[in-house]
Amino acid sequence: MPKITFNLNNKDITITTAYNRRLLDVLREELGLTGTKEGCAIGECGACTVLLNDQAVNSCLLLIGQVEGQNVLTIEGLSTKGELHPVQKKFLKHGAVQCGFCTPGMILSAHALLHKNPSPKEEEVKEAITGNLCRCTGYKQIIDAVMDVTKG
Amino acid sequence: MKKNFSLIGKNIIRQDGLEKVTGQAKFADDYTFANQLTAVMVRVPVAHATINAIDYAAIENDPALTAIVDATDIPGAKKIGAIRQDQPIFAYDKICTHGDVVAMLVGESHDALLALRDKIKIDYTELPVLSDRTKALDKDAPIIHEQYENNEIVHYPLRKGDVETGFKNSDHIIEQTYTTPLIEHGYIEPEAVTAILREGNKGVQIIGSIQNPHTTQNVVAAVLGWPLAKVRIQQAELGGSFGGKDDTMNVLSARAAVAALKTGRPVKIRYNREDSILESYKRHPYTMHYKVGFNNDGKLQAMKIDIIADGGAYSSMSPFVTWRTVVQATGPYEVENVWTDVRAVYTNNPYTGAFRGFGSPQPIFAQESLMDEIAVRLNMTPDEIRRINGFKAGSVTASNQVLKDHDVNLLTVMDTAIEKSAFRKKWRANRQNNLAKEKSFTIDEENLFLNKDDFVDPQNVIKRGIGLAVSFRGSSLGAEGIDAAAAYLSVQKDGSAYLLCGLAENGQGLRTTYSIITAEVLGMDIENIFYLEQDTGLIADSGPTVASRSTIMGGGAVKDAADKIRKRLEDILKPEWKLTDSDELVFKNNKVQNPKNKSQEMRFGDLCKLANSKGVSLSVIGWNKGPDVGWEEETGQGDAYFTYVYGCQLAEVAVNTVTGEVAVERIIAVHDPGTVINKMGAEGQVYGGVTQGAGFGLWEEISTHEGMPRELNLDEYLVPTSKDIGEIIPIFVEGKDKYGPWGAKSLGEPTLELTAAAIANAISNATGKRFFNLPLNLEELLLNRKLHKEDLQRGSL
Ligand code: FES
Ligand code: FES
Repeated sequence: MPKITFNLNNKDITITTAYNRRLLDVLREELGLTGTKEGCAIGECGACTVLLNDQAVNSCLLLIGQVEGQNVLTIEGLSTKGELHPVQKKFLKHGAVQCGFCTPGMILSAHALLHKNPSPKEEEVKEAITGNLCRCTGYKQIIDAVMDVTKG
Repeated sequence: MKKNFSLIGKNIIRQDGLEKVTGQAKFADDYTFANQLTAVMVRVPVAHATINAIDYAAIENDPALTAIVDATDIPGAKKIGAIRQDQPIFAYDKICTHGDVVAMLVGESHDALLALRDKIKIDYTELPVLSDRTKALDKDAPIIHEQYENNEIVHYPLRKGDVETGFKNSDHIIEQTYTTPLIEHGYIEPEAVTAILREGNKGVQIIGSIQNPHTTQNVVAAVLGWPLAKVRIQQAELGGSFGGKDDTMNVLSARAAVAALKTGRPVKIRYNREDSILESYKRHPYTMHYKVGFNNDGKLQAMKIDIIADGGAYSSMSPFVTWRTVVQATGPYEVENVWTDVRAVYTNNPYTGAFRGFGSPQPIFAQESLMDEIAVRLNMTPDEIRRINGFKAGSVTASNQVLKDHDVNLLTVMDTAIEKSAFRKKWRANRQNNLAKEKSFTIDEENLFLNKDDFVDPQNVIKRGIGLAVSFRGSSLGAEGIDAAAAYLSVQKDGSAYLLCGLAENGQGLRTTYSIITAEVLGMDIENIFYLEQDTGLIADSGPTVASRSTIMGGGAVKDAADKIRKRLEDILKPEWKLTDSDELVFKNNKVQNPKNKSQEMRFGDLCKLANSKGVSLSVIGWNKGPDVGWEEETGQGDAYFTYVYGCQLAEVAVNTVTGEVAVERIIAVHDPGTVINKMGAEGQVYGGVTQGAGFGLWEEISTHEGMPRELNLDEYLVPTSKDIGEIIPIFVEGKDKYGPWGAKSLGEPTLELTAAAIANAISNATGKRFFNLPLNLEELLLNRKLHKEDLQRGSL
């Protein structure tokens, strides 16, 4: 089986596995990173969102071979030195979490948006998370949380 | 007078928030056990058949297969069900619906098992499929379960007064039929469960995405033929449920347990979305026939209601769901003469059960549409007709219950909503607008060129509408079941505490609400409360986490536990401080103080240490039993619920008359849930419930072809996204009540049940047309019917 090297959560790692496994499965089963969830497996729900070179992507639709040499960030890599990332803090402050199943993907989509657009309008926030389904919250507090990050 | 609370009604950060924002929270599929096996379901591709034989010969010796598990492996009950035991763990005599599973292949590789599945030979004889609920009771209808004489699961009559005389005395009569579709819960986390055999004679441990651990415990124990205590159910972090992870999870847990027993290894079942939608139960489709008589002054005289609910293949919760329907079918209105029949029937469709709202969103759509029709007929505004007939203090319900001992806030919530939106003015203006005669378009044979004003002006394509809906809703289970809950509170000698209630966290935020209640009573730091895992071994059966009963019932139990601890602490301190029993102490800011002598003060932790040194136990079980309620089965009369909550939702929509698209611009949601304990949680319930309600009203539908669902994943089943709904404004009117902790009652379900009805009324206000069949999607608006594919082919095939 081939060796695949990529940067995961700011560390270079090399794993030995088949090229055609889904990134989602490698993260969850091989690397124990279960913060990335599976909700539909067809790119509709966004529960499996990770960042690939700062872009939000569905890890259920990516094969591990496709991330060779790339940078992948999962929810586990977002907070640094035990300090929550601002998006995480605002999610807590605004009650943007209910069951929490969509939360990792939602936070990463928001983070990707803020990375390229630090002061988005509300419509842009809605657009950025439109691929992340949440059945619990009705999105309102999530949108408030993301808008609040931009206020610092 | 409002009590001066420290934490209640404030913004408090979720108990379980940290683990959820960091991805550490462990959901059912995040657990892995050494040596664990996986499982694949074997199904038959028909909705109705008798099973003649299953031939496993082609796979039996395959090395990828550890075991085949089917009904012959079940030591105890082969069929389960809360009221009727009609649902098989593994189907063995017949197939009643597409989701049925005849066997489970267990092994190490999921992919390998999938390949084996196709080699099994199942010999079956197809039977005629019953998919139309309105034909289920016909003489020639195929019988789904031979042990019952017909397809009726349950029939609830309600008889009050004399409807025939009522209709005779009415100036007007309107009759209409309404339908609602199958709705999928759409929790984002699909089902997962693992069963692990424990050492020696300790039995089995099950951990999964389980909504009601004690119900699962009962089912698994029955299936294994074991004592209840030999079965320990732990709830993993639950990725949404909305009533949906009950029966399905009981069945999956039982399958996993039987497989673990057979193989001696941990067995995990994890469903993908297609498995989930195919096999899990859904919201009941209803066909509702309403006849209402009323006078020129607007007063309702009589209502005759006939409702058929599609229970699908199994009875599941149908007897409970439809009971709520019969209690609430006339809506929050005084009607002297009522004749209601609610029936749930078997079909070969996916089975139906509990779903947030629980038998109320359907009749609310019907009765609130009807009230608006009456208003239009009498040239009144929608609020006027509701003011004339709506419940007030002392009103009598259809089941002859007098509404008392709480604020009957129906009209208050409605008035709050209409004031917030200038409702009457907008409603009248929109109506005027849609009554304005549409310009007719005729072809001029002489001149085939179109004139400028023959073109549709994009400005006129969008029509605005405003509509409202109101409801009353019985809190908790009512006469449906035993209503009591337990809480365990164990305060440690340093003042930190373990807390657990028998009702389960499904995402709604009850850990936070219970922590707030505890911290409020004891004045302790909320960060010092550590919520325990939901485990049947740690806490008493408190009934299911349903019926918006967590705050009123579980909250009451938690408060009872905290009150007991506080009493013990006061009993220690008062003699020390030379105070009498009647002297009050203040528990606040992590301190206990004598308000009359502020120098008498002690840190909460020090007081707990003192209690410990005196041998006083600070571990207690709180208990809360609901007051007695009653129901007369033959006539549908009685005090159905011990208290009620009231709500009004108002919708403002923009309808595109060319595409049929409806944009929900604003929903004002006014609810009286009693005292609000967890403010952010309560607001979250409103936002989430309204969004689900809008989905029910406008987009969501599982359609079936010969009993087989067409929409098996989230590409075709349309769960609302962040862009699908406009502003939602939650407003709480906190009425007083003697029940519930500080008068806190229910909110989760009222938030969902009203939205579709309010939107439907707004659409009528915009278009001047009435729609009778949910969802009000593009084709319903433009063509007055649903467009479904003839078969099951997907668009891309
Ligand atoms: S699991 Fe990848 S988008 Fe749903
Ligand atoms: S919080 Fe439950 S799905 Fe978003």
